[in-house]
Amino acid sequence: MLNVSAIKEGVVLDHIPCGQGYSIFKHLKLDTLDAVVVLLRNVDSEKLGKKDIIKIETGMEIDVDVLGLLAPGITVSYIHDGNCVEKVRLTLPEKVVGTLKCKNPRCISHVENIDDIVFTLVNKETKEYSCEYCESRSKL
Amino acid sequence: MLKKRRSLIDPGDFTVDELYSLLKLADNILKQPEKYSHACDGKLMASLFYEPSTRTKFSFDAAMNRLGGRVLGFADPSTTSAAKGETLADSAKIVSQYVDLIVLRHPKEGTALHFSRHADCPVINAGDGGHQHPTQTLTDLLTIKSYKNRLTDLKIGLCGDLKFGRTIHSLVTCMSRFENISFVFISPDELKMPSYVTDILDEKGIPYTETDDLESSMADLDVLYMSRVQRERFVSEEEYERLKDVYILTNEKLKYAKDDMIILHPLPRVNEISPEVDKDPRAVYFHQARYGMFIRMALIMTLLGFNEEVSPYA
Repeated sequence: MLNVSAIKEGVVLDHIPCGQGYSIFKHLKLDTLDAVVVLLRNVDSEKLGKKDIIKIETGMEIDVDVLGLLAPGITVSYIHDGNCVEKVRLTLPEKVVGTLKCKNPRCISHVENIDDIVFTLVNKETKEYSCEYCESRSKL
Repeated sequence: MLKKRRSLIDPGDFTVDELYSLLKLADNILKQPEKYSHACDGKLMASLFYEPSTRTKFSFDAAMNRLGGRVLGFADPSTTSAAKGETLADSAKIVSQYVDLIVLRHPKEGTALHFSRHADCPVINAGDGGHQHPTQTLTDLLTIKSYKNRLTDLKIGLCGDLKFGRTIHSLVTCMSRFENISFVFISPDELKMPSYVTDILDEKGIPYTETDDLESSMADLDVLYMSRVQRERFVSEEEYERLKDVYILTNEKLKYAKDDMIILHPLPRVNEISPEVDKDPRAVYFHQARYGMFIRMALIMTLLGFNEEVSPYA
């Protein structure tokens, strides 16, 4: 089995659903980072069967709201001196600002190009968010 | 920092206590209109109608005129800077430099909220597409309160197009904030109440039943709210033709109703209420339109800071 050593400084994104690692890699623009980055795919997992993992050997800010939208359930661990100093399990954010677009074609946000729309989570099961302007519900 | 003046975008913008205060003021105006004929002297209201609406525009304009204020505006956006490509955000900023209050109707959903965020004066949502029409809801509340003398302990039947009727959704959501209310939703299966409304009722534990039978639902209703099946909501003309006359309220059907039940309708009606019903004392829909003017007078006074019981600030 491939062995990737633990990192000393940086961020580990774990429990990524199998196959989503690359889209998160692209979203975080990790290819532009001047640091060691490892994307592990199809790693055996007790919980998920298979999972993806990303290890980033440098400190960086992660927008957990946006990442929570992309892949709720993943964990973000911040590593310092080889120890995990903070671990966050991502969930669907209650509010999302400026990331989602309203899918209702009759919404004013399409006419005025409003780009800081606040979407509020209205149903966790169906992953539905409500637009603050027209209140229409969109599934992720 | 200057306090932000409050607007009316959604019926939920007012608390239940504030709603009662608004209704009380409307009732006072209704009883003694002459006392309020100079309440808004020197105030100017912009009436901006980006889509046609004779009834709502007349009602607002009449309301401001009866308060002694003045009105300017348009009912045809092709004569405005919108035709030159000006954004609504800029229009809101500019118009609010000239006037004390803006009444806005626009075909796009959510426009009133967007407009209010850029205006430097209060904005009243006079309808934003299929989204909200809060002053119709306030009109309905005043009508119910005036005839039933209460907004609690009521069984309310809503009949017709429950799927697309925005006034229906607003009324149900708003009435669900009062004590001991129950609903009967009467519609064909294709026009049932959407789940986003019934979800709210389920969360609050408010009882409701759904049926397609108007006659059998009538007997214990305190309020019957009829609505029009709107042609513009249908993609298929055939579907519209099939559903448009599913419910027609007649004197025969009203035999099953209580003597003190009241019949409301946001108007205009097509065929859903037979003209013979107009003479029935329970038919209050034409008076409802008149109440609409009085509640708009109370609302204008409130947002301009002339209602001591409700703060004009957000």
